[in-house]
Amino acid sequence: MSVINQNKSEKGFLSSIADHPSTDEFIKGVWRENPVFVQVLGMCPSLAVSNSAKNALAMGLATAFVLLMSNILISLLRDFIPKQVRIASYILIIATFVTVIDYAMQAISIELHKSLGAFIALIVVNCIILSRAEAFASKNTVGKSILDALGMGIGFTFALLCIGGVREILGSGSFLGFEFMPDSFEKWVIMVLPAGGFFTLAFLLLIFNSFKIKNNRA
Amino acid sequence: MSDSSLWSIFINASLINNFVLAYFLGICPFLGVSGKIETATKMGAAVTFVMVISAMCAYGINAVLTAINAPFLQLISFIVVIASTVQLVEMFIKKASPALFKALGIFLPLITTNCAVLAVALFQTSKGFGLLKSFVYALGAGAGFTLALVLMAGLREQLEFSETIGIVKGTALVLLVGGILSLSFMGFAGLGG
Repeated sequence: MSVINQNKSEKGFLSSIADHPSTDEFIKGVWRENPVFVQVLGMCPSLAVSNSAKNALAMGLATAFVLLMSNILISLLRDFIPKQVRIASYILIIATFVTVIDYAMQAISIELHKSLGAFIALIVVNCIILSRAEAFASKNTVGKSILDALGMGIGFTFALLCIGGVREILGSGSFLGFEFMPDSFEKWVIMVLPAGGFFTLAFLLLIFNSFKIKNNRA
Repeated sequence: MSDSSLWSIFINASLINNFVLAYFLGICPFLGVSGKIETATKMGAAVTFVMVISAMCAYGINAVLTAINAPFLQLISFIVVIASTVQLVEMFIKKASPALFKALGIFLPLITTNCAVLAVALFQTSKGFGLLKSFVYALGAGAGFTLALVLMAGLREQLEFSETIGIVKGTALVLLVGGILSLSFMGFAGLGG
Protein backbone atom coordinates (compact mmCIF):
# COMPACT_ATOMS: atom_id res chain seq x y z
CA MET A 1 0.00 0.00 0.00
CA SER A 2 2.71 2.41 0.99
CA VAL A 3 4.55 1.60 -2.22
CA ILE A 4 1.55 2.66 -4.25
CA ASN A 5 1.27 5.90 -2.31
CA GLN A 6 4.91 6.59 -2.84
CA ASN A 7 4.55 5.98 -6.55
CA LYS A 8 1.64 8.39 -6.70
CA SER A 9 3.41 11.15 -4.86
CA GLU A 10 6.49 10.68 -6.98
CA LYS A 11 4.41 11.01 -10.09
CA GLY A 12 2.75 14.12 -8.73
CA PHE A 13 6.12 15.64 -7.97
CA LEU A 14 7.55 14.82 -11.38
CA SER A 15 4.55 16.07 -13.26
CA SER A 16 4.49 19.30 -11.28
CA ILE A 17 8.06 19.99 -12.37
CA ALA A 18 7.30 18.84 -15.85
CA ASP A 19 4.36 21.23 -16.05
CA HIS A 20 6.78 24.10 -16.29
CA PRO A 21 7.44 24.28 -20.03
CA SER A 22 11.17 25.04 -20.00
CA THR A 23 12.09 22.37 -17.47
CA ASP A 24 10.00 19.98 -19.50
CA GLU A 25 12.23 20.51 -22.56
CA PHE A 26 15.12 19.50 -20.34
CA ILE A 27 13.57 16.60 -18.44
CA LYS A 28 12.07 14.88 -21.46
CA GLY A 29 15.47 14.13 -22.98
CA VAL A 30 16.85 12.71 -19.77
CA TRP A 31 14.03 10.34 -19.02
CA ARG A 32 10.72 10.25 -20.90
CA GLU A 33 12.24 10.50 -24.36
CA ASN A 34 15.68 9.16 -23.51
CA PRO A 35 17.47 8.93 -26.87
CA VAL A 36 18.90 5.45 -26.33
CA PHE A 37 16.37 3.61 -24.20
CA VAL A 38 13.14 5.07 -25.54
CA GLN A 39 13.84 6.41 -29.02
CA VAL A 40 16.47 3.74 -29.77
CA LEU A 41 18.70 6.23 -31.59
CA GLY A 42 22.48 6.43 -31.66
CA MET A 43 22.91 2.71 -31.19
CA CYS A 44 26.27 2.40 -32.91
CA PRO A 45 28.40 4.45 -30.49
CA SER A 46 26.39 3.33 -27.47
CA LEU A 47 27.33 -0.26 -28.20
CA ALA A 48 30.76 0.18 -29.66
CA VAL A 49 32.56 2.30 -27.08
CA SER A 50 30.71 1.17 -23.99
CA ASN A 51 33.11 -1.61 -22.99
CA SER A 52 34.33 0.57 -20.12
CA ALA A 53 32.69 3.33 -18.12
CA LYS A 54 35.49 5.79 -18.90
CA ASN A 55 35.15 5.42 -22.66
CA ALA A 56 31.39 5.65 -22.35
CA LEU A 57 31.59 8.85 -20.32
CA ALA A 58 34.04 10.49 -22.74
CA MET A 59 31.93 9.53 -25.72
CA GLY A 60 28.76 10.77 -24.04
CA LEU A 61 30.28 14.15 -23.18
CA ALA A 62 31.77 14.59 -26.66
CA THR A 63 28.41 13.86 -28.24
CA ALA A 64 26.64 16.19 -25.82
CA PHE A 65 29.05 18.98 -26.74
CA VAL A 66 28.47 18.54 -30.47
CA LEU A 67 24.74 18.30 -29.89
CA LEU A 68 24.70 21.53 -27.88
CA MET A 69 26.83 23.54 -30.31
CA SER A 70 25.02 22.35 -33.42
CA ASN A 71 21.61 22.89 -31.85
CA ILE A 72 22.55 26.49 -30.97
CA LEU A 73 23.93 27.27 -34.41
CA ILE A 74 21.13 25.60 -36.32
CA SER A 75 18.44 27.31 -34.30
CA LEU A 76 20.19 30.67 -34.87
CA LEU A 77 20.36 30.02 -38.61
CA ARG A 78 16.92 28.46 -38.94
CA ASP A 79 15.48 31.40 -40.87
CA PHE A 80 18.41 31.63 -43.27
CA ILE A 81 18.82 28.01 -44.35
CA PRO A 82 16.67 27.19 -47.40
CA LYS A 83 14.39 24.21 -46.89
CA GLN A 84 15.75 22.19 -49.82
CA VAL A 85 19.34 22.06 -48.64
CA ARG A 86 18.71 21.96 -44.91
CA ILE A 87 19.89 18.40 -44.25
CA ALA A 88 23.14 19.00 -46.10
CA SER A 89 23.72 22.23 -44.19
CA TYR A 90 23.01 20.54 -40.87
CA ILE A 91 25.48 17.80 -41.62
CA LEU A 92 28.15 20.33 -42.55
CA ILE A 93 27.60 22.22 -39.29
CA ILE A 94 27.74 19.00 -37.30
CA ALA A 95 30.87 17.80 -39.12
CA THR A 96 32.60 21.08 -38.31
CA PHE A 97 31.97 20.73 -34.58
CA VAL A 98 32.99 17.09 -34.64
CA THR A 99 36.30 18.09 -36.22
CA VAL A 100 36.73 20.61 -33.39
CA ILE A 101 36.09 18.02 -30.66
CA ASP A 102 38.26 15.47 -32.48
CA TYR A 103 41.26 17.79 -32.36
CA ALA A 104 40.45 19.00 -28.84
CA MET A 105 40.40 15.45 -27.55
CA GLN A 106 43.75 14.70 -29.15
CA ALA A 107 45.14 17.70 -27.25
CA ILE A 108 43.56 16.74 -23.92
CA SER A 109 44.34 13.05 -23.82
CA ILE A 110 45.92 11.19 -26.70
CA GLU A 111 45.29 7.90 -24.87
CA LEU A 112 41.57 8.45 -24.67
CA HIS A 113 41.52 9.52 -28.30
CA LYS A 114 43.24 6.28 -29.26
CA SER A 115 40.87 4.08 -27.33
CA LEU A 116 37.83 5.74 -28.87
CA GLY A 117 39.44 5.60 -32.31
CA ALA A 118 37.31 6.36 -35.32
CA PHE A 119 34.20 6.62 -33.19
CA ILE A 120 34.88 10.28 -32.40
CA ALA A 121 34.70 11.06 -36.10
CA LEU A 122 31.62 8.90 -36.35
CA ILE A 123 29.71 11.30 -34.07
CA VAL A 124 28.88 13.05 -37.35
CA VAL A 125 26.57 10.24 -38.32
CA ASN A 126 25.03 9.82 -34.89
CA CYS A 127 21.30 9.87 -35.61
CA ILE A 128 20.55 11.67 -32.33
CA ILE A 129 22.24 14.88 -33.40
CA LEU A 130 20.64 15.06 -36.82
CA SER A 131 17.25 14.11 -35.47
CA ARG A 132 17.37 16.85 -32.81
CA ALA A 133 18.47 19.36 -35.45
CA GLU A 134 15.64 18.40 -37.77
CA ALA A 135 12.93 17.78 -35.20
CA PHE A 136 13.70 20.50 -32.69
CA ALA A 137 16.39 23.12 -33.33
CA SER A 138 15.09 24.01 -36.80
CA LYS A 139 11.71 24.94 -35.35
CA ASN A 140 12.43 26.44 -31.93
CA THR A 141 14.18 29.39 -30.31
CA VAL A 142 17.79 29.31 -29.19
CA GLY A 143 16.93 29.08 -25.49
CA LYS A 144 14.66 26.10 -25.96
CA SER A 145 17.15 24.40 -28.25
CA ILE A 146 19.88 24.74 -25.63
CA LEU A 147 17.64 23.11 -23.01
CA ASP A 148 16.67 20.39 -25.43
CA ALA A 149 20.30 19.70 -26.33
CA LEU A 150 21.35 19.63 -22.67
CA GLY A 151 18.56 17.21 -21.78
CA MET A 152 19.24 14.91 -24.72
CA GLY A 153 22.99 15.12 -24.15
CA ILE A 154 22.70 14.22 -20.49
CA GLY A 155 20.20 11.48 -21.29
CA PHE A 156 22.59 10.01 -23.84
CA THR A 157 25.56 10.22 -21.48
CA PHE A 158 23.49 8.62 -18.73
CA ALA A 159 22.45 5.75 -21.00
CA LEU A 160 26.02 5.21 -22.18
CA LEU A 161 27.27 5.24 -18.60
CA CYS A 162 24.65 2.62 -17.64
CA ILE A 163 25.73 0.29 -20.44
CA GLY A 164 29.43 1.01 -19.90
CA GLY A 165 29.13 0.58 -16.14
CA VAL A 166 27.40 -2.78 -16.37
CA ARG A 167 29.87 -4.06 -18.95
CA GLU A 168 32.93 -2.88 -17.06
CA ILE A 169 31.80 -4.15 -13.66
CA LEU A 170 30.90 -7.59 -14.99
CA GLY A 171 33.59 -7.84 -17.66
CA SER A 172 36.63 -6.38 -15.90
CA GLY A 173 35.53 -6.27 -12.26
CA SER A 174 36.16 -2.55 -12.04
CA PHE A 175 34.39 0.79 -12.39
CA LEU A 176 36.07 3.81 -14.00
CA GLY A 177 39.34 1.92 -13.66
CA PHE A 178 39.06 1.13 -9.93
CA GLU A 179 39.17 -2.59 -9.26
CA PHE A 180 36.91 -3.31 -6.37
CA MET A 181 35.72 -6.87 -6.94
CA PRO A 182 37.29 -9.58 -4.76
CA ASP A 183 39.89 -11.80 -6.42
CA SER A 184 37.52 -14.72 -6.33
CA PHE A 185 35.24 -12.87 -8.77
CA GLU A 186 35.28 -14.62 -12.11
CA LYS A 187 35.32 -11.98 -14.87
CA TRP A 188 32.66 -12.34 -17.54
CA VAL A 189 34.89 -11.95 -20.54
CA ILE A 190 31.91 -11.99 -22.86
CA MET A 191 30.73 -8.65 -21.48
CA VAL A 192 33.67 -6.71 -22.96
CA LEU A 193 33.28 -8.51 -26.29
CA PRO A 194 30.83 -7.22 -28.92
CA ALA A 195 28.19 -9.79 -28.01
CA GLY A 196 28.11 -8.49 -24.43
CA GLY A 197 27.15 -5.07 -25.74
CA PHE A 198 24.10 -6.47 -27.49
CA PHE A 199 23.04 -8.44 -24.43
CA THR A 200 23.54 -5.57 -21.96
CA LEU A 201 21.52 -3.15 -24.07
CA ALA A 202 18.82 -5.76 -24.59
CA PHE A 203 18.46 -6.31 -20.86
CA LEU A 204 18.45 -2.59 -20.07
CA LEU A 205 15.71 -2.17 -22.69
CA LEU A 206 13.77 -4.96 -21.01
CA ILE A 207 13.99 -3.13 -17.69
CA PHE A 208 12.81 0.09 -19.35
CA ASN A 209 9.97 -1.78 -21.07
CA SER A 210 8.78 -3.25 -17.80
CA PHE A 211 8.67 0.29 -16.32
CA LYS A 212 6.64 1.45 -19.28
CA ILE A 213 4.16 -1.42 -19.02
CA LYS A 214 3.72 -0.78 -15.29
CA ASN A 215 3.09 2.91 -15.88
CA ASN A 216 0.53 2.19 -18.56
CA ARG A 217 -1.39 -0.09 -16.23
CA ALA A 218 -1.37 2.34 -13.32
CA MET B 1 47.97 -7.69 -40.92
CA SER B 2 50.33 -5.38 -42.76
CA ASP B 3 51.20 -7.67 -45.66
CA SER B 4 47.62 -8.69 -46.15
CA SER B 5 46.61 -10.00 -49.52
CA LEU B 6 43.43 -8.78 -51.15
CA TRP B 7 41.61 -11.97 -50.23
CA SER B 8 42.40 -11.67 -46.55
CA ILE B 9 41.31 -8.03 -46.58
CA PHE B 10 37.98 -9.17 -47.96
CA ILE B 11 37.54 -11.97 -45.41
CA ASN B 12 38.64 -9.67 -42.63
CA ALA B 13 36.16 -6.92 -43.51
CA SER B 14 33.23 -9.22 -44.18
CA LEU B 15 33.50 -11.99 -41.58
CA ILE B 16 36.13 -11.58 -38.88
CA ASN B 17 35.54 -7.92 -38.20
CA ASN B 18 32.02 -7.84 -39.49
CA PHE B 19 30.93 -4.21 -39.50
CA VAL B 20 27.60 -4.82 -37.85
CA LEU B 21 28.35 -7.62 -35.42
CA ALA B 22 31.88 -6.78 -34.34
CA TYR B 23 32.21 -3.02 -34.84
CA PHE B 24 28.56 -2.09 -34.21
CA LEU B 25 28.38 0.06 -37.31
CA GLY B 26 25.13 0.48 -39.17
CA ILE B 27 22.99 -0.74 -36.29
CA CYS B 28 20.09 1.57 -37.20
CA PRO B 29 19.27 -0.07 -40.54
CA PHE B 30 20.17 -3.41 -38.95
CA LEU B 31 17.33 -2.91 -36.49
CA GLY B 32 15.04 -1.01 -38.83
CA VAL B 33 15.07 -2.70 -42.24
CA SER B 34 15.64 -6.30 -41.24
CA GLY B 35 11.97 -7.26 -41.23
CA LYS B 36 11.90 -9.04 -44.58
CA ILE B 37 14.64 -10.91 -46.43
CA GLU B 38 13.86 -9.24 -49.76
CA THR B 39 14.10 -5.67 -48.48
CA ALA B 40 17.17 -6.56 -46.45
CA THR B 41 18.98 -7.89 -49.52
CA LYS B 42 18.22 -4.80 -51.57
CA MET B 43 19.13 -2.47 -48.74
CA GLY B 44 22.41 -4.34 -48.41
CA ALA B 45 23.07 -3.94 -52.12
CA ALA B 46 22.33 -0.20 -52.00
CA VAL B 47 24.62 0.29 -49.01
CA THR B 48 27.40 -1.75 -50.63
CA PHE B 49 27.15 0.38 -53.76
CA VAL B 50 27.36 3.62 -51.77
CA MET B 51 30.27 2.21 -49.77
CA VAL B 52 32.30 1.32 -52.85
CA ILE B 53 31.70 4.65 -54.58
CA SER B 54 32.45 6.70 -51.48
CA ALA B 55 35.55 4.62 -50.67
CA MET B 56 36.90 5.35 -54.15
CA CYS B 57 36.13 9.06 -53.79
CA ALA B 58 37.61 9.10 -50.30
CA TYR B 59 40.87 7.76 -51.72
CA GLY B 60 41.00 10.62 -54.23
CA ILE B 61 40.01 13.25 -51.69
CA ASN B 62 42.61 12.03 -49.27
CA ALA B 63 45.33 12.36 -51.89
CA VAL B 64 44.25 15.94 -52.62
CA LEU B 65 43.99 16.87 -48.95
CA THR B 66 47.44 15.50 -48.21
CA ALA B 67 48.79 17.46 -51.17
CA ILE B 68 47.34 20.76 -49.96
CA ASN B 69 48.11 19.88 -46.35
CA ALA B 70 44.60 20.25 -44.96
CA PRO B 71 43.77 17.01 -43.12
CA PHE B 72 41.21 18.79 -40.91
CA LEU B 73 38.88 19.00 -43.91
CA GLN B 74 38.84 15.21 -44.22
CA LEU B 75 35.68 14.54 -42.26
CA ILE B 76 33.70 17.35 -43.87
CA SER B 77 34.62 16.40 -47.42
CA PHE B 78 33.92 12.69 -46.81
CA ILE B 79 30.44 13.39 -45.56
CA VAL B 80 29.67 15.62 -48.53
CA VAL B 81 30.75 12.90 -50.95
CA ILE B 82 28.65 10.29 -49.17
CA ALA B 83 25.61 12.56 -49.08
CA SER B 84 25.81 13.21 -52.81
CA THR B 85 26.31 9.52 -53.64
CA VAL B 86 23.25 8.65 -51.61
CA GLN B 87 21.28 11.32 -53.45
CA LEU B 88 22.37 9.72 -56.73
CA VAL B 89 21.36 6.23 -55.64
CA GLU B 90 18.06 7.56 -54.38
CA MET B 91 17.22 9.15 -57.72
CA PHE B 92 18.27 5.99 -59.55
CA ILE B 93 16.14 3.65 -57.43
CA LYS B 94 13.17 6.00 -57.63
CA LYS B 95 13.29 5.78 -61.43
CA ALA B 96 14.26 2.10 -61.73
CA SER B 97 12.00 0.55 -59.10
CA PRO B 98 9.37 2.70 -57.36
CA ALA B 99 8.23 -0.33 -55.32
CA LEU B 100 11.65 -0.78 -53.78
CA PHE B 101 11.81 2.97 -53.20
CA LYS B 102 8.65 2.72 -51.14
CA ALA B 103 9.80 -0.36 -49.22
CA LEU B 104 13.07 1.26 -48.16
CA GLY B 105 11.28 4.47 -47.22
CA ILE B 106 13.07 6.76 -44.81
CA PHE B 107 16.02 4.38 -44.56
CA LEU B 108 17.22 5.25 -48.05
CA PRO B 109 18.20 8.87 -47.32
CA LEU B 110 19.40 7.66 -43.95
CA ILE B 111 22.22 5.75 -45.66
CA THR B 112 23.97 9.12 -45.46
CA THR B 113 24.02 8.82 -41.72
CA ASN B 114 24.86 5.11 -41.81
CA CYS B 115 28.00 4.96 -39.76
CA ALA B 116 29.25 1.96 -41.69
CA VAL B 117 29.67 4.00 -44.88
CA LEU B 118 31.66 6.76 -43.24
CA ALA B 119 33.63 4.20 -41.25
CA VAL B 120 34.79 2.44 -44.42
CA ALA B 121 36.11 5.75 -45.73
CA LEU B 122 37.83 6.56 -42.44
CA PHE B 123 39.28 3.10 -41.77
CA GLN B 124 40.76 2.64 -45.23
CA THR B 125 42.42 6.04 -44.93
CA SER B 126 43.87 5.29 -41.52
CA LYS B 127 45.07 1.88 -42.70
CA GLY B 128 46.72 3.51 -45.70
CA PHE B 129 45.13 1.25 -48.32
CA GLY B 130 45.80 1.86 -52.00
CA LEU B 131 43.08 2.19 -54.61
CA LEU B 132 42.65 -1.54 -55.25
CA LYS B 133 42.81 -2.48 -51.58
CA SER B 134 40.24 0.19 -50.72
CA PHE B 135 37.94 -1.21 -53.37
CA VAL B 136 38.22 -4.73 -51.97
CA TYR B 137 37.85 -3.47 -48.41
CA ALA B 138 34.66 -1.57 -49.24
CA LEU B 139 33.30 -4.57 -51.12
CA GLY B 140 34.03 -6.84 -48.15
CA ALA B 141 32.46 -4.44 -45.69
CA GLY B 142 29.36 -4.22 -47.87
CA ALA B 143 29.16 -7.98 -48.21
CA GLY B 144 29.46 -8.38 -44.45
CA PHE B 145 26.77 -5.79 -43.86
CA THR B 146 24.42 -7.48 -46.33
CA LEU B 147 25.13 -10.89 -44.79
CA ALA B 148 24.32 -9.68 -41.27
CA LEU B 149 21.17 -7.93 -42.48
CA VAL B 150 19.90 -10.96 -44.41
CA LEU B 151 20.66 -13.38 -41.56
CA MET B 152 18.80 -11.15 -39.15
CA ALA B 153 15.85 -10.78 -41.55
CA GLY B 154 15.62 -14.56 -41.89
CA LEU B 155 15.58 -15.00 -38.13
CA ARG B 156 12.99 -12.30 -37.68
CA GLU B 157 10.71 -13.83 -40.28
CA GLN B 158 10.77 -17.02 -38.20
CA LEU B 159 10.24 -15.11 -34.96
CA GLU B 160 6.99 -13.69 -36.29
CA PHE B 161 5.41 -17.14 -35.97
CA SER B 162 6.67 -17.88 -32.49
CA GLU B 163 5.02 -16.75 -29.32
CA THR B 164 6.92 -14.16 -27.32
CA ILE B 165 5.93 -12.44 -24.12
CA GLY B 166 4.93 -8.80 -24.45
CA ILE B 167 7.90 -7.40 -22.62
CA VAL B 168 10.57 -8.62 -25.03
CA LYS B 169 8.70 -7.66 -28.21
CA GLY B 170 10.41 -5.18 -30.50
CA THR B 171 13.93 -3.88 -30.18
CA ALA B 172 14.92 -5.85 -27.11
CA LEU B 173 14.25 -9.16 -28.85
CA VAL B 174 16.15 -8.08 -31.97
CA LEU B 175 19.10 -7.07 -29.82
CA LEU B 176 19.11 -10.43 -28.05
CA VAL B 177 19.13 -12.23 -31.39
CA GLY B 178 21.85 -9.85 -32.56
CA GLY B 179 23.94 -10.78 -29.53
CA ILE B 180 23.66 -14.47 -30.33
CA LEU B 181 24.57 -13.79 -33.98
CA SER B 182 27.56 -11.78 -32.82
CA LEU B 183 28.63 -14.69 -30.59
CA SER B 184 28.55 -17.06 -33.52
CA PHE B 185 30.54 -14.65 -35.69
CA MET B 186 33.30 -14.75 -33.09
CA GLY B 187 33.93 -18.24 -34.41
CA PHE B 188 35.42 -16.69 -37.55
CA ALA B 189 38.18 -15.08 -35.53
CA GLY B 190 40.73 -17.77 -36.37
CA LEU B 191 40.18 -17.56 -40.13
CA GLY B 192 42.43 -14.75 -41.29
CA GLY B 193 45.21 -15.20 -38.75
